[in-house]
Amino acid sequence: MSHPTYLLDRSRIEDSHTLKVAREKGAYAAFEAMLKAGQDPKDVTEVVKASGLRGRGGAGFPTGLKWSFMPDATKDDRPRYMAVNADESEPGTCKDRVLMREDPHGLLEGCLIAGYAMGLEAVYIYVRGEYRLPYKRMQDAIDEAREAGLIGEGILGTDFSLEIHMHQGAGAYICGEETGLMESLEGKRGHPRPKPPFPAGFGLWGMPTTVNNVESIFNVPFILERGASWFRGFGTEKSPGNFLCGISGHVAKPGVYEVPLGIPAREILEQYAGGVWKDRKLKGWFPGGSSTGIVPASVIDTPMDHDSIKGIGSMFGTGAMIMLDETACVVRASEVLARFYDHESCGQCSQCREGTQWLNQIFHRIENGAGTMADVELLESLSHGMTPGKTICALSDAAAIPTLAVIKHFRDEIVEHIEKGGCPFKASTGNAPAAAGTEVHA
Amino acid sequence: MALPENLVAEFDRMVQKYPQRRAALIPAIHRCQEELGGWVSPETMEALAEYFELEPIEVWGVVSFYPMFRTSKPGAHVVSVCHNISCDLRGAEDIITKVCEVTGAQVGGTSPDGKFTVERVECQGACANAPMFDLDGVYHEDLDDAKVEKILGDLS
Repeated sequence: MSHPTYLLDRSRIEDSHTLKVAREKGAYAAFEAMLKAGQDPKDVTEVVKASGLRGRGGAGFPTGLKWSFMPDATKDDRPRYMAVNADESEPGTCKDRVLMREDPHGLLEGCLIAGYAMGLEAVYIYVRGEYRLPYKRMQDAIDEAREAGLIGEGILGTDFSLEIHMHQGAGAYICGEETGLMESLEGKRGHPRPKPPFPAGFGLWGMPTTVNNVESIFNVPFILERGASWFRGFGTEKSPGNFLCGISGHVAKPGVYEVPLGIPAREILEQYAGGVWKDRKLKGWFPGGSSTGIVPASVIDTPMDHDSIKGIGSMFGTGAMIMLDETACVVRASEVLARFYDHESCGQCSQCREGTQWLNQIFHRIENGAGTMADVELLESLSHGMTPGKTICALSDAAAIPTLAVIKHFRDEIVEHIEKGGCPFKASTGNAPAAAGTEVHA
Repeated sequence: MALPENLVAEFDRMVQKYPQRRAALIPAIHRCQEELGGWVSPETMEALAEYFELEPIEVWGVVSFYPMFRTSKPGAHVVSVCHNISCDLRGAEDIITKVCEVTGAQVGGTSPDGKFTVERVECQGACANAPMFDLDGVYHEDLDDAKVEKILGDLS
């Protein structure tokens, strides 16, 4: 654990969620300095651009560039908004929860800076409905900050005003997709919108909108205070900074660890998470959440950054590593995920609505001894019908990509299930069979 | 049915946060579910429709889309066990079996004494503390059989 940190430093202090402690430990300092200096809002965006910060919500899109897509305020005077994506529902991902629970003022400071840079009317923090404690901590932080003159009209005696509101979702994975999130925030079903138009031109209530992940915004105050070149001292050239790696599954010490981008996956596994549990060997791992294709143990030395993970045929995603030991069954894991995507498909596009259901049924029958060799081809052809870019949003891809990956890397194990008429790992996992998709409530 | 006055007062404040009234619909449904018996009844939906100036079918469209909203009355306590990948890898199915045993409820159902409803849910974002369940809105993490017995046993 020799790597320098900044994201979680304040979180380790007792009562870090209160304004008093957070302020003593530097919260709002970057914002206040910016405000007092009357910094040009365009410069703020330029600093974020220069830092090379990439979105931490899954797509890895440069945050500063996204901000710069907002229309020029001198030519477009419509109210503009930011939605902070705190829906965090990609399986394996559990990092934003830590930031909101332990350091809510850090996120609010990032929102204030973003609001200043983009001339926002209001910021909505869209939190998944199940995160009750993080929601409460955020709401309490907003109330405290408002009381202290940090949110609302005429902030700290200047003419800068910004409203920040909490908004509670209700448990749908698709609302983590930015346009699904906007529909949901407007009080509708979370059906993703076709793009274009893009949110920067037509977002919330048809107004210019930026949607950023919690961790992305959380990085901003540090970048503004310490500079873009300081930030580039962490991570790699194309993926700078530290990131919060949630590592889960078959490891000795699952957790959320702050590490630099580009750190070898093996180092996270062995130095932070205590290695594979029960002295077992690693079989495979998902580099960045359930939608990023599984890769074999042989590539565990790959650096955890966007380009390197792409190089092994997967995606960095949310940086949430899910580890499977040698006794785990990849068919079962695929079945569990296919069931999830089936459950979460919003149903607008037939490729996704039908495809996820088929994948779920096929993995279920292979795992339970009723699969045939034709099923492997069927999985492949279905997946190619679902990706790439065949649907309104990426949920269809998110279901198809891991399917293609498991066939690529673990075809033998799938075939073994078919030949033996069932799962060869059932006895060793000591885990009851997974539930069939049909038992899952809609 | 008319919405209770305290909820109406709350909703009146809530809608101020947004340029359009309807945006407060989902948070308002949450509050109704919390205050009015743990579910969203057809009468509640009609009352919400009136408040938000929507057709009842639009409210139903939203209620039925989101997994957190219930359209039937649950038991006094609701146990929502995550069965997604990180929890599954660490024994979620055994936890579900144990929860059913301790509560006397079947998955997706309520115990005969009306005390517990048990349900499976997808990823709750507590993956590094798997397996887990949510009990009446509070997360319980790093579960094993003994912890399940203790947590639920204290309620029965």
